[in-house]
Amino acid sequence: MTGVFLSTVETTPAVRKTALNAVHRKLGAKMVDFNGWDMPVEYPSSGGIIAEHLAVRTGVGIFDVSHMGDIRLAGPEALAAVQHISMNDASRLAIGQAQYSALLYPQGTFVDDVIVHRLGEEEYLLVINAGTREKDFNWVRDNTRQFSCKVENLSDDYTQIAIQGPKGADLLSKLTNADLRTVKFYWVTRGAVCGLENILIARTGYTGEDGFEIYIPTDEQTSARVWNEVLAAGKEFGAVPCGLGARNTLRLEGKLPLYGHEISDTINVWEAGLDRFCKMEKPEFIGREALEKARAKPLTRTLIGLEMIDRGIARDGYRILNTQGQEIGYVTSGSYAPFLKKNIALAYVPPEVSALGGELLVEIRGQGVKAKVVPTPFYKKPKKN
Amino acid sequence: MPFPADYKYTKEHEWLKADGKTATIGITSYAQDSLGDIVFVDLPKVGAELAAGKTFGSVESVKAVSDLYAPASGTVTEVNGELATAPEKINKDAHSAWMIKIALKNPGDLNSLLTAADYEKFVAEEGGH
Repeated sequence: MTGVFLSTVETTPAVRKTALNAVHRKLGAKMVDFNGWDMPVEYPSSGGIIAEHLAVRTGVGIFDVSHMGDIRLAGPEALAAVQHISMNDASRLAIGQAQYSALLYPQGTFVDDVIVHRLGEEEYLLVINAGTREKDFNWVRDNTRQFSCKVENLSDDYTQIAIQGPKGADLLSKLTNADLRTVKFYWVTRGAVCGLENILIARTGYTGEDGFEIYIPTDEQTSARVWNEVLAAGKEFGAVPCGLGARNTLRLEGKLPLYGHEISDTINVWEAGLDRFCKMEKPEFIGREALEKARAKPLTRTLIGLEMIDRGIARDGYRILNTQGQEIGYVTSGSYAPFLKKNIALAYVPPEVSALGGELLVEIRGQGVKAKVVPTPFYKKPKKN
Repeated sequence: MPFPADYKYTKEHEWLKADGKTATIGITSYAQDSLGDIVFVDLPKVGAELAAGKTFGSVESVKAVSDLYAPASGTVTEVNGELATAPEKINKDAHSAWMIKIALKNPGDLNSLLTAADYEKFVAEEGGH
């Protein structure tokens, strides 16, 4: 048996560690190189990926996401700068509100997807992917020079802990004086957390579930203390540490894009189906012109959800065949879905075969294995009363 | 990690238990531990011919896909159909959750396999323990 472990994209020579690295190792986590970061993929002590995934869907799970990057834009023209470099409309954000958005190249393809937080009157925080930290920061800095606005790379300034799941609010409210009931999904607040003052608390995440992400100081001692206090406070809710393995299956069930998979520098916004986050009514942003032109033409490929009909798991990069056996597309992400208990995948195919219920083949080890086109997201969090 | 002394092993982490001219094949507890939650097993049909050292199927966990390599040449006589619906049995007890049984073509193939002690040493080095 020889393994092909999935999900790493590219590696940089020096392996980077978050402030919680020693904590993960002490917990017995299995570590992997993820985009140059030494990160936990799963914790056998939590029961492994499936158990971690289920904890987030039914209770709460705790993730170290300190490898994510952060860029702060502040100054009189911060809004204009953010509007220029991102596709969503940041002028709609109230102070304390956040939105999903993306940084685009002039050709309408992705530099990265981001969460834009409006922290103050003239202050924005972009949360970016780990694998694209340097690229994103350089790109933001270079493309905002004409604005009166300071651009800072705060990527190494935070230990970011994600508390994800329906019990996330119950857990975090034990540790903070912030009134979390007033913080809606995709809003941020500040409050004391574990005795630390003025901590940024965002009701965001990458699991398709309710949850929070807290931004705490990056020194190892404080990071470890907060992590352990979060876990201890979550004990009554069945909280477990969760790794990148569960993070990936959770985001896949929720159809949240992953850079290098569903979105990249060769895929445009329309193909990725992220239209509702791209505000063409904005007069100007990088990529807008190309997207305007692309919109006038029919799409050549579109992102669809697949569920396997026959036995087999579609994996990243596998080819999609039509029923005549001709190659028509490829899988961007695929896995066993632990909560849905199905084998699911996201794939790019021509629009003419994207109709719901249609059957396609996924080429798995030389065999065409039947799959059908299903609605996405595969999983939607239950509505709260 | 105890590996049964009456089994033989490969460096690709399969085990083989010989019984006269037939042999039972599976993957080791070390293999299932590195894979994590096993969710899919693809095995050959009865009658399929296996060649020593060549792939005969695959095993997938949530995060990884692995080929299975035949420890010995032979013809498949039985397949553990239970694993199609309950692949997690391999995680629970890898050394009893067998995958296939074969009629051995060359019993001499077994001489090139590792003993339990050799295999234990091999994984200790590989795992860096």
